[in-house]
Amino acid sequence: MEATNPQRLNYWKVTLSGIFKENAIFRLAISLCPAIAVTTGLRTGVLMGVAVVFVNVMVNITVSAIRAFIHPRIRMPIFMLIISGWVTVADLSMAAFAREAYKQMGLYIQLIVAFASIFTRAEIFASKNKIVPSFFDGIGMGVGFMFALIVISFFRELLGKGSLWGVSILGAKPLLIMLLPTGGFLATGILMGFFNWIDIRFYGGKGAGGAGGH
Amino acid sequence: MEKELTKLFEIFIASSLINNFVFTRFLGLCIFFGVTKKVETAVGMSITFTAVMMISAALSWVIFNYIMVPLDLTFLKIVIFIGVIAAFVQSSDTIMRKVSPGLYYKLGVYLALISTNCIILAVPLLNASERYTFLEGITLGLGSGLGFALALVIMASIREKIELADVPAPFKGLPIAFVTTGLIALAFTGFAGIITS
Repeated sequence: MEATNPQRLNYWKVTLSGIFKENAIFRLAISLCPAIAVTTGLRTGVLMGVAVVFVNVMVNITVSAIRAFIHPRIRMPIFMLIISGWVTVADLSMAAFAREAYKQMGLYIQLIVAFASIFTRAEIFASKNKIVPSFFDGIGMGVGFMFALIVISFFRELLGKGSLWGVSILGAKPLLIMLLPTGGFLATGILMGFFNWIDIRFYGGKGAGGAGGH
Repeated sequence: MEKELTKLFEIFIASSLINNFVFTRFLGLCIFFGVTKKVETAVGMSITFTAVMMISAALSWVIFNYIMVPLDLTFLKIVIFIGVIAAFVQSSDTIMRKVSPGLYYKLGVYLALISTNCIILAVPLLNASERYTFLEGITLGLGSGLGFALALVIMASIREKIELADVPAPFKGLPIAFVTTGLIALAFTGFAGIITS
């Protein structure tokens, strides 16, 4: 891993690996719940993505900043405390500034606290690296997550409502099923298959999506 | 009295079938896809989950209504609920290992996975936002737990069959599981008309 050679860390590479190679949803298949729950529209998808990027970056910075003081024995509860603190911040600000969207996705914002992708980054990366690389790692993982949400919600809103960001584009509603829970599962499954296909076809990978964590 | 019973029954049906945690609320997907490769694991997992959900619903209800509301600390609910659940799961893990090693051997493995799971955390959060009474809160826990168990067992039985099918390479594993879940979710939308109030 990059973490073994801190002097020559390539920030760009750290960021990119979170977006494509280790994409939380399509490649690692973790933290799936909100990916389906909030992606009925592009707007909610992007808002959720912004919240995740924010929490991911802030947690990484905080953990990295106080990493010298955390005793390894009690690191898990400390990480949990830091994460839930930042999630509360995101939750309350979302409730204040985006009331309409919050009504629809409030529960899922609160559940960011149980994201394995954030916890793993704190554990694997931020607790061993300096603040600046941790910042970029958080950006990469968060943006990767946001990218997946945007792709899924793009297709779901376009096919389900015939619109993008609330603006009507197709003038018809070709596949209403995309707005139902069913559509979320189908869209995610098919996109995951598509990314696996790209991996097999162009990069010679084995194409197996992640084993599934939480 | 009768009215209360009806309300409890409604909550039970709503949380287990209509708003099934997996198929309409999309919670616990990670666990759902992780453990549904074999029916046996799925059953063990669902027993543990239902028990933990009910008990943590009760615990967090007491803490929420008797400590957090009087002290005006409700904005800290995420931090506190996570702490309560993690502490409870950790202690029951330790107690179970000492008191009944047989049960621990069967179900203890799942306990470790639970402590910070979204599906467990969702029950207290829902209870708090709906302002349910104690009994209603426990019913929600029980209903959601059984609904989750139903989902796990259905999915595990199907996936045991899929293992034998000839799936296109890019869709092997998770993608096909997602598509299957989509189809089951479609069937579950049929439950939406059960309660009309």
